[in-house]
Amino acid sequence: MSGPEVSSRERILGRVRRALADVPGDGAPPAGPAYEQEVERGYLRRHGDLDAAGTVELLAENLADYRALVHRCSEAELPSLIGRLLAARGARTVVVPPGLDPDWLSGTGAERVEDTATDSPERLDAVDSVVTACAVAIAETGTIVLDGGPDQGRRRITLVPDHHVCVVRVPEQVVSSVPEALERLDPVRPSTWISGPSATSDIELDRVEGVHGPRTLEVVLVSA
Amino acid sequence: MSGTFMGMPAFPEAAREAVDNPTLRGNLRHATHTIRAKRAKAVAEVSDWAELREAGKRIKDHTLRHLDHYLVQLEEAVTAAGGIVHWAADADEANAIVTRLVQETGESEVVKVKSMATQEIGLNEALEAAGIRAYETDLAELIVQLGKDRPSHILVPAIHRNRGEIRDIFEKEMGEWGRPAPEGLTDTPAELAEAARLHLREKFLRAKVGVSGANFMVAETGTLVVVESEGNGRMCLTLPETLISVVGIEKIVPTWRDLEVFLQTLPRSSTAERMNPYTSMWTGTTDSRAADGPRVFHLVLLDNGRTDTLADEVGRQALRCIRCSACLNVCPVYERAGGHAYGSVYPGPIGAILSPQLRGTASEIDASLPYASSLCGACYEVCPVAIDIPEVLVHLRERVVQGGPAVREGNKVVLRPAKGHAAERAAMRAARWAFSHPGALRAGQRLASRTRRAHPRHLPGPGKAWTGSRDLPPLPAEPFRDWWQRTHGGKDGVQ
Repeated sequence: MSGPEVSSRERILGRVRRALADVPGDGAPPAGPAYEQEVERGYLRRHGDLDAAGTVELLAENLADYRALVHRCSEAELPSLIGRLLAARGARTVVVPPGLDPDWLSGTGAERVEDTATDSPERLDAVDSVVTACAVAIAETGTIVLDGGPDQGRRRITLVPDHHVCVVRVPEQVVSSVPEALERLDPVRPSTWISGPSATSDIELDRVEGVHGPRTLEVVLVSA
Repeated sequence: MSGTFMGMPAFPEAAREAVDNPTLRGNLRHATHTIRAKRAKAVAEVSDWAELREAGKRIKDHTLRHLDHYLVQLEEAVTAAGGIVHWAADADEANAIVTRLVQETGESEVVKVKSMATQEIGLNEALEAAGIRAYETDLAELIVQLGKDRPSHILVPAIHRNRGEIRDIFEKEMGEWGRPAPEGLTDTPAELAEAARLHLREKFLRAKVGVSGANFMVAETGTLVVVESEGNGRMCLTLPETLISVVGIEKIVPTWRDLEVFLQTLPRSSTAERMNPYTSMWTGTTDSRAADGPRVFHLVLLDNGRTDTLADEVGRQALRCIRCSACLNVCPVYERAGGHAYGSVYPGPIGAILSPQLRGTASEIDASLPYASSLCGACYEVCPVAIDIPEVLVHLRERVVQGGPAVREGNKVVLRPAKGHAAERAAMRAARWAFSHPGALRAGQRLASRTRRAHPRHLPGPGKAWTGSRDLPPLPAEPFRDWWQRTHGGKDGVQ
């Protein structure tokens, strides 16, 4: 793959440097505050100035707009609500991340399936539903973000089953905007941003919900 | 670039066929108008669009200006996170690297996330030649692959197909590739999507190798980002044991925070949504205890003409492109000519400035692409990173007609003027001579005025093309200067 004398790495970097010969200054870019000044972030940190309750309301609206099913309840009501959601779906099995609060599933008769690293994708494909928490939710875009935390599990468990129930603690897990969400996330953790059930617009740019990811996304906004 | 497009005729010829196809024109018109209106609405929702656009432009310009630094930083970060970085100077090298990496796993099939970079290099064909089958998993890419067709749009590669055509392709071809289409499949989009879900699921579950591109790479953290809708991306990025991502070197952003700009502008510009259904971000590999996602991650950094483009002071802005396809959807030429006429995986206005820079202007199709535009400027207006596409088009037209210095495969070259512009050049030379010889100009003008009744409506010979769509302007009975002298500028009241 590499040439006899110069590796492709050196060749490409050399080409880049020659291509930039017209640009004044040496190679080292400004970092930190100097970088921030150069890119001039004149945009807003968040759009509008809703209070915490208003932000949760906006999240619910935008989730529903992209065909997620939104439910609200108190912490005490959560187990029975999850039980009802799984029952309504006819779920016989439910996969759960290892660190999920066991109380959450105390109201369901569905069989708990633990996710282990050695599981085949086929095993997961046979499971009816998945219940997880989330890392953060974005009101302006109707997005929930999972970052593989103990109560969210591996990325695949929220992908292969056809029914995902995601619990958002409100208002503390809700932010207004994309910039505020990124601030809360750790780049080292693999993250999945979910805005409604999977969808496609590939046929005549007509939006159809439900392709490869869960076709039903239920978001439970639970308040203390 | 991709062998699929070799030997393409020049744009006007290729477009003629499309323009004469009423089904295609209907499909394109419907699709582009639908998405155009939705995009305008999605953009109008955010009050700071202009500022987001400006920040996106600045971030990308800054990155390009220090690209060598950020490439090295990215390489360090990805390596530190457990990834393996490869460098590919051109398409052949990238294909060879990926082929070898797949062969080393012992597998003979891969699942693919939709990726412009792998299309650009013709990866599927290269893998096929090595006995490796690549399954496209994006719905539109699947339609294109099953239909043995070529993509015609960056975001929606099967935009030229309507639902009836897609149903026919699924019914006829799915069985050849795996699970056949369900009995009695109708042409409703929901049923077609369901057929794709069933067809692809078995492939996802058994796949050991995934191949992707990336929308963004964060230099400081080594994080890659893939933005998608269907979940096929998540499948390919998380289920296989080995992941190979082929990404153009211009896809870097310096910091994690920079994503906040593009994750706002890309979805609204692209699918006209506040946010696309799924975005995946990963940094190298996770430790074996968590075992979340592939155990082996390869990143192939692709040049393939990008550094040549970077060397052009006017043209380098094309490297800011985040492949949203908003410019295609608003372009009056794209709407009528369709994507195939552009002879590249990058169609539309962005393709007209990207292909002739990535590939050079030596071929007939590439030399004609800078002319595949009315220069109306709608593309510039919607571009979320403010690429002045008309400016680059005019710049590239000049290069095609006049030739001049450029960089090809890292070497400085002097391009010869392209063929086919001899008449244009001769006309301009004659005009320059005439304007600098007033006596000759006067004599010529008088002769032209006197013989005006004998002038043809259409020019013969090399001027024929010019009058193919225009009338020759009628000449006045006497030249302006003669009229001025005779009437003292009209003061004498004589006409």
